Amino acid sequence: MTAIVEVNDVWKRFDSLEVLQGLSFEAFKGETLVVMGGSGSGKTVLLRHIAGLIQPDQGQIKVFGQNIEALSEEELLPFRRRMGFVFQGAALFDSLTIHENVAYPLREHMRLSEDEIQGRVVEALARVGLREDVLPLLPSELSGGMRKRVGIARALMLEPEMMLYDEPTAGLDPTNAHLVSDLISEVQARVCDTSIVVTHDLELTRAVATRVAVLIDGRFAALGPRDAVLDSDEPAVHAFLTGDATSYRV
Amino acid sequence: MEAYLRRTVLWYGGLSILAASVVRNLALPPAYLQHVVHEIEVMGVRSLGVALVAAVFTGMVFALQSAINMARFGAEAYVGPVSALAILRELGPVLTAILVGGKVASGITAELGSMKVTEQIDALRTLGVNYVKRLIVPRLLAAVVVFPLLTVLSDAVGVLGGMIIMNLERGADMYTYWNVTTYWVVPRDFLMGVGKSFFFGGIVTLIGCYNGLSVEGGTEGLGRATTATVVHVTMGVIVSDFFLTKLFLIFFWGQ
Repeated sequence: MTAIVEVNDVWKRFDSLEVLQGLSFEAFKGETLVVMGGSGSGKTVLLRHIAGLIQPDQGQIKVFGQNIEALSEEELLPFRRRMGFVFQGAALFDSLTIHENVAYPLREHMRLSEDEIQGRVVEALARVGLREDVLPLLPSELSGGMRKRVGIARALMLEPEMMLYDEPTAGLDPTNAHLVSDLISEVQARVCDTSIVVTHDLELTRAVATRVAVLIDGRFAALGPRDAVLDSDEPAVHAFLTGDATSYRV
Repeated sequence: MEAYLRRTVLWYGGLSILAASVVRNLALPPAYLQHVVHEIEVMGVRSLGVALVAAVFTGMVFALQSAINMARFGAEAYVGPVSALAILRELGPVLTAILVGGKVASGITAELGSMKVTEQIDALRTLGVNYVKRLIVPRLLAAVVVFPLLTVLSDAVGVLGGMIIMNLERGADMYTYWNVTTYWVVPRDFLMGVGKSFFFGGIVTLIGCYNGLSVEGGTEGLGRATTATVVHVTMGVIVSDFFLTKLFLIFFWGQ
């Protein structure tokens, strides 16, 4: 199996808070690795390290076979074009229409005619279950679930080799959470076979994960095949998964 | 005290790093030139009214005050060159930079800060877009065009305002006023002011961008950053004016 992401002994501190404490793992091509953990456990921080949005205080991060922890912002750009990042709040450009948001990566990186861009935007929206009538709307005119789906459509525009999802179902009602969960599975099956998802949503994890990691106190308390981790007897992991607040932190 | 010093050092350090990054990214792809044009419109056209009204009233006040006081020792005939020199060398560029700069830079801070707290800047980065090239460089290029242009217009309107008020209030002959003014004022006086405005445009925009990019703490932090920008811009223009004046005096006048 080819490792797409290799994280080796990564440490990250914000002021006095040690968020990541010597974290090491690999994510392989063709799998969906779900990183679970409570709020503030450092899941998003981990994802942002993989995208090169923040740099570790210590340790190495290899993405697509190359160390990225010491690269400059300009040197990181080609790597980021090979991954799609879906933000928790979708992070759509609020002054641009949905059409302009989805077309943005194409206009930035490709030389396409307006007709070609229009075709690809419509196709991308159809892929995430949205119709053409949302194209002229602003992000503020869409529901949370629709915004999230537009965020996924935009992240897929450059045909990434790996998708990074930050809490894709957070803040969504059960129906929309289910839709997004189905969408992640579909993206994995048809468009981009490698994903890292950070979430605390157990249902989403059961639906999309190949492997699961549980992040507690800046380290993985468990990492392995989905069912093995979800049925784990390890006290801290079991406490987190069952919501036992008294014994969750070890 | 230690925390304040730390913040100050971090601010100047961050501003310098951003300035270096801007210089590294100065060459823009053709598609971004439309953003420069857009920013010229946002900064220039929409600030024209503020700049010109401030300039004409400053020119009139300066001429009136000078006339009354210079008349006490028989030098009222020289109000024209004195007003023009003050406007061209200092008042035009500095007032334009403070007024337009405060307006433009606080707007930039609010816009970029809002993009930062809603993760839109990170979204740009994850799409493989160089955010310095896309968001900062076009604004900076626009500013170094707009500020000198606005200064030239402010200079013209300020001098004209002084001349008109001298004619209306003190009965000065406009032809004589103009001749005395152009006799004493040389192109270097004008160039010194315009040259400074070029730097003011850069400094002001860089401050606005940096404060926007370093917003922390959600909407409350955004409010704090926008207010801080107005103060930083005012202080930045006043302090840098001294050093630029000294530099230009050496460069243009050899002293």
